[in-house]
Amino acid sequence: MINGTKINIEDLNLFIGNNHILKDINVQIPEKKLTVILGPSGCGKTTLLKSLNRLTDLYPEVKIQGSIFNGDEDILHPKTEITELRKKMGLLAQTPYPLPMNIYDNITYGLRISGRRKKRFLNKRVEYYLRQVSLWDEVKDRLKDPASALSIGQQQRLCLARGLSVDPDILLADEPTSALDPISSREVEELFVKLKQRYTIVMVTHILRQAKRVADYVIFMYLGEIIEHGSAEQIFEHPKNALTKSYIQGTYS
Amino acid sequence: MNRQLLRKSEELFYKVLMIISTVIIIIALLAIIISILVKGMPSLSWSMITQTPKGGYYFGKEGGILNAIIGSLYLSGGATLLALAVSLPLALYMNVHKLKQKNVVNFIRFFLDLLWGVPSIVYGAFGFTLMVFLGLRTSLLAGILTVALFIIPIMVRSMDEVLKTVPKGLLESAFSLGSTRSETAFRVMLRQCIPGITTAILLAFGRAIGDAAAVLFTAGYTDYIPTSLSQPTATLPLSVFFQLSSPIPEVQNRAYASAVVLTVIVLIISIASRGFSMKYQKN
Repeated sequence: MINGTKINIEDLNLFIGNNHILKDINVQIPEKKLTVILGPSGCGKTTLLKSLNRLTDLYPEVKIQGSIFNGDEDILHPKTEITELRKKMGLLAQTPYPLPMNIYDNITYGLRISGRRKKRFLNKRVEYYLRQVSLWDEVKDRLKDPASALSIGQQQRLCLARGLSVDPDILLADEPTSALDPISSREVEELFVKLKQRYTIVMVTHILRQAKRVADYVIFMYLGEIIEHGSAEQIFEHPKNALTKSYIQGTYS
Repeated sequence: MNRQLLRKSEELFYKVLMIISTVIIIIALLAIIISILVKGMPSLSWSMITQTPKGGYYFGKEGGILNAIIGSLYLSGGATLLALAVSLPLALYMNVHKLKQKNVVNFIRFFLDLLWGVPSIVYGAFGFTLMVFLGLRTSLLAGILTVALFIIPIMVRSMDEVLKTVPKGLLESAFSLGSTRSETAFRVMLRQCIPGITTAILLAFGRAIGDAAAVLFTAGYTDYIPTSLSQPTATLPLSVFFQLSSPIPEVQNRAYASAVVLTVIVLIISIASRGFSMKYQKN
């Protein structure tokens, strides 16, 4: 067990139909660090990420066993109040999906469904979170425009602000830069670096260089199994496993 | 060289086929519209759409079909609202709440498709039995109930098709913000799909206003505009039917004029809905 564990995954197994997607996952995710889940496409990285806030509930044929503890609460326990739990985890998807409403309402949606309605409070929050993702100056004059009118990079930052708006302590990011152009991509990446002092971040990526730039802790997955996990330094400088080594040196095709 | 020729002629073949079918569809549509316009326009007058039938209207005397116009609007409007109250929650339930139980949803879909295929006269007959059971006479209410039953499968399945196209990622985003299923359904899904859902509602309305068989036994027919749900009501399709069965040519022509009115109503509603959904989509 590492010091300051935020999420503790125990004996996680996940099946889709008869396919065994995640195999005996046992790992701890450190608090207020940026953990990268690294691995080739199709190795179960995204599925593992979605298990963390039980988005797997949305998919038919998914069977999930084991436990994921956030503090004392088992996220996977059927009696766990999942909507409250999801508020503690912001999600940033591969491509931005702004809600079908204007920019202002996108940020306040999460607050409004929690019953916060005071106009002054909402105005302040909107400015605060848009500043957090350095979007305020770009959109402050058109908060009532539909969110879909923004560029894709701006949309992604808006989605990040939206995720922050419910005041989570965990951020989940599923290849958050893969749909973006290089400049937007760097902006989003820098935001994560800035945010990692205050949030526990779990980021899925297959981009090795990105992982090297941002990661504090690395989980390397291959074909549904965790091959190796450890601090970024340990994984990148002294990988123990041959598979990890070949992936990191780029000899894995 | 030969192969290229083959590919080119194949291309040409399908192109010609496509043009032919397009032309057939357009000609059929134009033929219908032109024939009712040619036969109906001369008889269409202001008094026809502003007056109810006077004595002897069906023998070529004075009056109009206002009773059928208003009756049809009441009946289809009522039926559409009633169907909407059932269809929208069901369509959302299938696509948000029951995501995990694909089998249940597919069963509902199959069932609705079966209902969609049932001819409207069967709904009429069923509505009649229902009326007897409930002790209703032929009335606006009975017509509304029957037509609502008849358009519910159409409305649910059209909405379902629209809701199905919503990307999974949007649902995941909504859930990740801590939305309950109902919040996701009504605040996100509904908003995302407003244009498609409006179209579904109007499609159902179009079916409701154009159907004669479902209202034949249930809504009755009268020369007066109904003032309560328990009174019988005239409808445009039946008005067309009764006037067309008349041996008097003048009355037959009025049937075509009534058909023009029916077509124009449907046209206005579809154009209005287009405008509405386009405006909404921008926000």
